[in-house]
Amino acid sequence: MSAFQGTSNYIASNDLQLAVNAAIALEKPLLIKGEPGTGKTMLAEELAASLSVELIPWHIKSTTKAQQGLYEYDAVSRLRDSQLGNEKVNDISNYIIKGKLWHAFTADNRPVLLIDEIDKADIEFPNDLLLELDKMEFFVYETQEKIVAKQRPIIIITSNNEKELPDAFLRRCFFHYISFPEKTEMQAIVDVHFPKIKQKLLDEALALFFDLRDMPGLKKKPSTSELIDWLKLLLAEDISPEILHETRQKKIIPPLHGALLKNEQDVHLFEKLAFMHQRHR
Amino acid sequence: MLIDFFCKIREYKVPCTLRELLDLLRALEQGVVFANIDDFYSLSRTVLVKDEAHFDKFDRAFADYFKGVASLELDLSEIPEDWLKKHFEKQLSDEEKAKIESLGGLDKLMETLAERLKEQEKRHQGGNKWIGTGGTSPFGAYGYNPEGVRIGQDASRHRKATKVWDKRQFKNLDANVEIGTRNMKVALRKLRQFARTGSSEELALDDTIAATARNAGYLDIKMKPERHNAIKVLMFFDIGGSMDDHIKVCEQLFSAIHGEFKHLEFFYFHNCLYESVWRDNNRRHNEKIDLLQVLHTYSRDYKVIFVGDATMGPYEITYPGVSVEHWNEEAGSVWMKRLTDHFDKVVWLNPQAEPQWPYYASIQIMQQLVENKMYPLTLTGLGQGIKALT
Repeated sequence: MSAFQGTSNYIASNDLQLAVNAAIALEKPLLIKGEPGTGKTMLAEELAASLSVELIPWHIKSTTKAQQGLYEYDAVSRLRDSQLGNEKVNDISNYIIKGKLWHAFTADNRPVLLIDEIDKADIEFPNDLLLELDKMEFFVYETQEKIVAKQRPIIIITSNNEKELPDAFLRRCFFHYISFPEKTEMQAIVDVHFPKIKQKLLDEALALFFDLRDMPGLKKKPSTSELIDWLKLLLAEDISPEILHETRQKKIIPPLHGALLKNEQDVHLFEKLAFMHQRHR
Repeated sequence: MLIDFFCKIREYKVPCTLRELLDLLRALEQGVVFANIDDFYSLSRTVLVKDEAHFDKFDRAFADYFKGVASLELDLSEIPEDWLKKHFEKQLSDEEKAKIESLGGLDKLMETLAERLKEQEKRHQGGNKWIGTGGTSPFGAYGYNPEGVRIGQDASRHRKATKVWDKRQFKNLDANVEIGTRNMKVALRKLRQFARTGSSEELALDDTIAATARNAGYLDIKMKPERHNAIKVLMFFDIGGSMDDHIKVCEQLFSAIHGEFKHLEFFYFHNCLYESVWRDNNRRHNEKIDLLQVLHTYSRDYKVIFVGDATMGPYEITYPGVSVEHWNEEAGSVWMKRLTDHFDKVVWLNPQAEPQWPYYASIQIMQQLVENKMYPLTLTGLGQGIKALT
């Protein structure tokens, strides 16, 4: 399998490429953390696309149970069928619903399994998956059948750090923290998304963006995905780089700031600072 | 192979196990990286470290282990003079720059550096003249001379200004720094977790019956999430002292998640707990609340959290009539005892740095009074405190 080097619309840093390739080579799950909006989920999508294999996403909610990833026994429909006298009822395997892990284990090509936002689940969730991720097999009690992975899927796990993950689980994973991109990396990312953006506009926009990120006291700092949305709007509205430059000089609210600052308090804070700055001049 | 490296990492208290070392070796064997220290850094970090909170420790360990190796490449031709100069100026404060000027100016210093580089043939460590690591000469790396020129940490063929592990960009993610605006978010998550433990579902009986009836008698099960914010908290803040800022941070922290707890009440005291506390710090002298009243109002299943530095004269805790603000009939320790007897779970969060605790007699007394459940006001401490409360 060829090495992952990012794709035409996803820039992966060297660190990240290395982490992904190590995880692929050693068949270990890769745990990805980082600020929201730094492209954690996108990594799995792009990885699957670049290897041209199937992506099996498993989005975790607070009510998700580990068992649901393996299989579920739908007792309610079986009971209902028995009330109706349906023939299906005699075979229990009709009521076993395959979970995402089962799909991943039995896929023909080595797929990418994305376990998205694992920290949303109950604290026991990662512990319940230890053996399954380690041995890549599990047992279906209802049908007395053992499911063994044909080949170990590439597993990408993302976390937003809302809960600490148990040590035993962490020991079985590789870990990468996507740190916020620096200005040059940011430029590369933007180039990928907007190949025709005017260089000057981009320079001004990036400068403004990083100024904004450095502002102390922001509740939610704008991230890469917000920057990209904002640039989209700037292009659509055809705002000139001069306006942005002026904005930055005078420290007034940037045009279309709604795309960058998502929090009312942040906007207030910014307005207040801008006002104070005006008064000082 | 790499055993020393592994030991060094563990020495810096990065939690990693033999299993991970074997993984790392396997990765090297498979040729994931080869003969490139930057790649090796990334790979070993990916394999050995499982939490960004430990990245800073790892960086320090890595720098410690590899500092010699990295500076071996030092070569005069590789350091353009103006580059050094730029870096040099960036490092210095105005005051230091003035000092350098008085010593003959930057150019003079650069000249000397160039001369010494020529004279010197081998890597050098320690001492006060040669360029190398760990010395006090103005030239070299990891030294103590404030006007020193850093070389070993920077020189690189990869045109990277500083080695990643020397940047220590993950310092703010370390769980042992005190809670401030930066790691507030993580602290909040910890507390939120504390406020709602578990999230299971239970059978919604009424819904199920209704849905089944609507379904013409075929079973249709409905579930609903369990109600679970059951935790009740009383907080006591030490206010009006050198630690006000820290305490304010903590106060903000808890008020931010006010809604998550079933009950959350704030009280204030000064230095030590005496017979009365107050709710509004501006009206502290008029609207006092008897502590006895507090004890009678709130049942024993309330979790009690104190936030304060517990730094005062030890007699302020142990003797009556010594409070700095008023005449107290009974000693602070008596009131603390009453409170800890009444409530099941009491912890104390201390903004004072933990290594300094042994030097304050009052902290030790207070620690005994809260049955050793005193924790530093850091992310780790907060975690431990929460664990002690649940």
